[in-house]
Amino acid sequence: MANTLFDKVWNAHQVVTLPGDVSLLHVDRHLLHELTGTAAIKQLEQRGVAIRNPGLTFATLDHVISTKPGRTAGDEDWSTVMVDTLREQTARMNIQRFDIEDGRQGIVHVIGPELGLTLPGLVIVCGDSHTCTHGAFGAIAWGIGSSELVHVLATQTIRQRRPKTMRVNFNGIPAEGVPAKDLILYLIGELGTSAGVGYAVEFAGPAIRQLDMEGRMTLCNLSIELGAKMGMIAPDEVTFAYLEGREFAPKGEQFDLAVESWKLLASGADAVFDKEVDIDVAAVKPQITWGTSPEHVASIDATVPDPAAESDLVRRASLEDALAYMHLQPGQRIDQIPIDHVFIGSCTNGRLSDLQVAARVVKGRHIAPNVTGWVVPGSLKVKRQAESEGLDQIFLDAGFEWREPGCSMCVGANGDFVGPGQRCVSTSNRNFVGRQGPGALTHLASPAVAAASAIAGTIAYPEMTGYKS
Amino acid sequence: MRAFTICEGYAAPIMRDNIDTDLIIRVERIAKLKRGELGPWAFETIRYLADGAEDPSFVLNQAPFRKAQILISGANFGCGSSREMAVWSIEEFGIRCIIAQSYGDIFFGNCLQNGVLPITLERNQIDALAKVAASGATVKVDLHTCTISTVATGAIPFVFPETQREALLTGLDEVDETLKIVSQIDRFQQEDRRARPWAYTVG
Repeated sequence: MANTLFDKVWNAHQVVTLPGDVSLLHVDRHLLHELTGTAAIKQLEQRGVAIRNPGLTFATLDHVISTKPGRTAGDEDWSTVMVDTLREQTARMNIQRFDIEDGRQGIVHVIGPELGLTLPGLVIVCGDSHTCTHGAFGAIAWGIGSSELVHVLATQTIRQRRPKTMRVNFNGIPAEGVPAKDLILYLIGELGTSAGVGYAVEFAGPAIRQLDMEGRMTLCNLSIELGAKMGMIAPDEVTFAYLEGREFAPKGEQFDLAVESWKLLASGADAVFDKEVDIDVAAVKPQITWGTSPEHVASIDATVPDPAAESDLVRRASLEDALAYMHLQPGQRIDQIPIDHVFIGSCTNGRLSDLQVAARVVKGRHIAPNVTGWVVPGSLKVKRQAESEGLDQIFLDAGFEWREPGCSMCVGANGDFVGPGQRCVSTSNRNFVGRQGPGALTHLASPAVAAASAIAGTIAYPEMTGYKS
Repeated sequence: MRAFTICEGYAAPIMRDNIDTDLIIRVERIAKLKRGELGPWAFETIRYLADGAEDPSFVLNQAPFRKAQILISGANFGCGSSREMAVWSIEEFGIRCIIAQSYGDIFFGNCLQNGVLPITLERNQIDALAKVAASGATVKVDLHTCTISTVATGAIPFVFPETQREALLTGLDEVDETLKIVSQIDRFQQEDRRARPWAYTVG
């Protein structure tokens, strides 16, 4: 039975097994950010307990740090205090911090992989629900709360009830112009946002194997939006090639040794899962959300659904609430809805390949007059790479703002909000009520769709704006 | 951690699915406020109107639910962000127990860390209980016997994982418990470091 990727990694980390399927698991990488990290460190110190393994703990600044050009900390007093507190705490506790001046600051789920901190077979936790992103490397990675942060700081372990296992087989090869974001949004639309509750999900199948690592990260990033706090992909040659030479990845003989061990992690041919789902992705079209949950998603050329078609009354009421909040009518064409904002960035789609795709769509053109467009690279490294390819100039020439790395308008913790009643096509991960600011109307989509929408001034896919791939 | 044994009081039905933690507590509140200051901001988005006044149609603004100790809701309650402040805010409001069809996994764990009992029931049971609770009847939740009781329904049994049940009943502090077995962590790391050196020698 213990032959799934998940079981192999879980079993290798059990320090103690406790009654009721609870394990005390070793944590290999504990990633901290300023929004939840500062308070957890204070609480640890109030308890009078020392940090157990500062060398396995890593910090960056992403949630409340400013993304304005020229920023050094927060935009306001309270956020600057929070940023400076994490700087002071990490320096005092010998926790490695990736910051502006060392050129390695960025969104925690972008920098973990790009620095080679994220490796196959690890257990990785962070006080952020999108920690599932790191599962793209075959790690068990999930978001934890403040109390658990203190436990991990104090003991380098975490108590967890073993989840059930699910495998989602993505069959078929997606069409050109249908990236990982569309595949996972489509899956969430098919299964719903609670399908993964109680499960660790492995994503498998030919459509997953053909994805590069950045696509795999985008896909695993939205595991939590499927309800699964852990999502994983078995490591393969694509994974190993991505990791080789990264700053914190093993080097030389150690790397070869590690790869030999990582090759054994994939689920066996006879692996048994508590649940298996097959999904055919050959016919999937570009996706976009129309409502206030990631499961409120449709093909971009579809119309807004009619809640009256839903027989379950609670579900019907929630669809009606969603349309009322989003100021949309049943039957309305989605690809003609006028927009005010475009946000390209986040731990979902703020990596170099995302910016490359968006830049290709907007190159030589200008965003619509009433649209405010933001590009927020996921990390300083992504930003430098993009600038070396001239992508910043393409975005600036097209009328976008080119900002500094951070979570920014995905969550608005630093004050980067879409205004009330304003409509935003966003490459982020949550279209919840008020997520991008009170009264903000969010449509989740891929970078290509976001870029095309900025040009068109309405929700649009690239071909609608005359773009030829 | 505060123990949970028995809770008896009004139960407020918020009958919708997918109540996310952004809806329970907004990000600017968790960024700017401390623990102990969050109660007034629980469910801010649906609790207050645009001018800051209470929305009279929201259940927690109605008597007797201003004093509710129990929430009743649909599927996937507490989905989304891992912010533990979602639990803190409703706990500061006065909620000790939630009865829902299912929970976001991270939120469920955060409840256990704070002595808030997240009970899972079938949809038809929840609908029946919500109807009784909406009339203003009190609801008694007993974790010793794993029952939910009202005068109208009698005792409804619920299932709760045994290890977590015992932890809630005793108010177990996980950090203290784990620090008692720190020698086992030492031993694990020594052996594991030999098997997986790359996991420990970073950079």
